[in-house]
Amino acid sequence: MHDYLVFDHLTKRYGALKAVDDVSLSIEQGSIFSLLGPSGCGKTTLLRMIAGFEKPDSGRILLNGRDITQLPPNQRQVNTIFQNYALFPHLSVCENIAFGLKVTGHRKADIERETLRMLELVQLERHADSKVTELSGGQKQRTAIARALIKKPNILLLDEPLAALDLKLRQRMLMELDLLHDEIGITFLYVTHDQSEAMSLSDKIAVMNEGHIEQVGTPSQIYEAPCSSFVAAFIGDTNFFDGAVIEVKDSEYCTVRIGGFGDVLCYNDKKLRVGNPVHLSIRPEKFAISRNLPEQRKGRNVLSVTVDDIVYLGTHTKYWVLLNDYRVEINQQHMRYQLDQIPIKHNEQVWLYWNADDGYMLERYCEDDEEMVFQPPEEIGDNPEPTEQHNEEE
Amino acid sequence: MKKNSPSFSGRFNPNEILLSAPSIVWLILLFAIPTILIFLIAFKSADAYGNISTHWTLDNLRALANRHYPMIVWRTFWLSCLTTALCIGGGIPVAYFMARIPRKGRNLLMILIVIPFWTNFLIRIFAWKNLLHPEGMLKQVLVFLHLVAPEQPLLYNPWAVLAVLVYSYLPFAILPIYAAAEKFDFSLLEAAQDLGARYSVALRKVFLPGIRSGIWTAAAMVFIPALGSYVIPDIVGGAGSDMIGNKIAQRAFINRNLPEAAMLAGALSLTVLLPLLIYLFSQRRNKHQLLTGTPP
Ligand SMILES: Nc1ncnc2c1ncn2[C@@H]1O[C@H](COP(=O)(O)OP(=O)(O)OP(=O)(O)O)[C@@H](O)[C@H]1O
Ligand SMILES: [Mg+2]
Repeated sequence: MHDYLVFDHLTKRYGALKAVDDVSLSIEQGSIFSLLGPSGCGKTTLLRMIAGFEKPDSGRILLNGRDITQLPPNQRQVNTIFQNYALFPHLSVCENIAFGLKVTGHRKADIERETLRMLELVQLERHADSKVTELSGGQKQRTAIARALIKKPNILLLDEPLAALDLKLRQRMLMELDLLHDEIGITFLYVTHDQSEAMSLSDKIAVMNEGHIEQVGTPSQIYEAPCSSFVAAFIGDTNFFDGAVIEVKDSEYCTVRIGGFGDVLCYNDKKLRVGNPVHLSIRPEKFAISRNLPEQRKGRNVLSVTVDDIVYLGTHTKYWVLLNDYRVEINQQHMRYQLDQIPIKHNEQVWLYWNADDGYMLERYCEDDEEMVFQPPEEIGDNPEPTEQHNEEE
Repeated sequence: MKKNSPSFSGRFNPNEILLSAPSIVWLILLFAIPTILIFLIAFKSADAYGNISTHWTLDNLRALANRHYPMIVWRTFWLSCLTTALCIGGGIPVAYFMARIPRKGRNLLMILIVIPFWTNFLIRIFAWKNLLHPEGMLKQVLVFLHLVAPEQPLLYNPWAVLAVLVYSYLPFAILPIYAAAEKFDFSLLEAAQDLGARYSVALRKVFLPGIRSGIWTAAAMVFIPALGSYVIPDIVGGAGSDMIGNKIAQRAFINRNLPEAAMLAGALSLTVLLPLLIYLFSQRRNKHQLLTGTPP
């Protein structure tokens, strides 16, 4: 395994806006690499530079050691699955797939054989002569994949290929993509703003924000050890706490005082000293609550809190509890279901507890990122309509 | 009642008939009836005063065998074809350009294309006469640039007719092609390049098929009026550049023989209508096949 695709300090400006800001990355051959980030963070722009549709203002792109920054798109061994598939509407499925070989002057027999092979790979044999306008979303997507794969690209670029599909189909296509990747073994560069898609598919993820890379790592590294409040808030939900170290216990643990919350025990992986400010991120599923005082264990934090909101979600229950200024989100897995069990209720006083190892100290912190964390509706059962926001923007 | 039940497909439903009634009436009154009248008059004879007599005859059909006609028909045909080709050839790049620039620029260009229509058609043709005149500006410039010899006439030949035909009908080609190009998804060109096509190949294999409906409309919008043009060859064409339109006008106004003019006009209509009908019919067959999955 070696670095196959390398971005070397890539920057792309649109006027004053830096759509891609000094991005350096390297991607291993044969892996699935995801670019994950909110809308408008520059993912598509980065992809378009690899495909050759945009020229970077500075920096280089290396593919297998060769500088491809200045090559026109048709000379790059890179193919793209576009966000809207961009299938040719005047051609049939089969002609769409064959297009890439036809325009480069392959022999007719070769084109036919390869097209058949691709049709088989994506299981569209029955639709070979259909018009692409008559295909379902999933079939269109598979046509787009076959059309790109027939070129035997070194790297397949996928720009939110599942964004237009419904949830069930998305999950199935995700599995198909994964299987396909195992079958053909080429490098996938997968762009998405859906964190669960990225998590389930990727070997590695790069989280982007406003044109720059926030963090690169495996899915579990990114989830468990986010390096900034942006990553922590963007990948899954989390709770942020501000405080300062007041006591270093031993080589591993320290006590952090969080204003208006209390003193909590914390795993000190950043080797902070007394007086250092701390930004702590604790995922909702790391917390637990109970009506009875939990037994004291080494490294366990226990605080008394008031329940503010409860949302039952089948697989788990979400609670929001209040402690002075803080409103903490908790995902509690269900214990064995008992009919006579008295559920925790609104305004009840309960115990909040978690393990000191489960908090994570952030190297970089930005208060704006807290707003990304999901806030519950004030009235339960009242569905917040996101469309309202849209109307305001227009 | 079920909507779109199979027994209904392919048949008109009452609402549709009601909605399209005005345009059908319009077509019947202003197109079908006059056309049929022309075909009928073509088989009448003219009396000495230029009126249409009640007498049926095949004389006019025989008159089509005039020895001057083949040349005129041929000239009409090649001038119309060349005009159509040049207008489409010019219209495609303009439409492509217009569809790719920002919206503000498009509107400006659109106004520029439409502005000449504010000047009367005849006046614009006469303006061309001035331009091409031996003492005209265009002629002088071309002579000055040594592009034409001083003694070579620019006016009163088929090429002058061609130039003015192209000038007159170019907007009618640009507009439908632009309408198609505006709807074209230009990311398809990127997809084609991504698959290894050079830009020129992408244009030919993806852009042109993508706007083909616009091109066909443009072809009809230019070819049909060009076939029937009469003012342009009359003003800038001179004696040796007659088109069928001039002959029709001559029969109607000078010879006062409306039936013979009608015969010529009818023959012209047929040459336009027949291919169109055949085309429409073949389209319909295709559509039928698509709908039912079986050839009719
Ligand atoms: N051609 C362009 N001209 C000017 N600005 C552009 C252009 N293309 C993109 N941008 C800007 O660059 C930024 C990054 O855009 P990009 O399309 O890369 O975002 P993205 O991460 O792909 O978002 P999404 O998830 O919504 O697709 C955006 O702020 C966008 O407005
Ligand atoms: Mg995008």
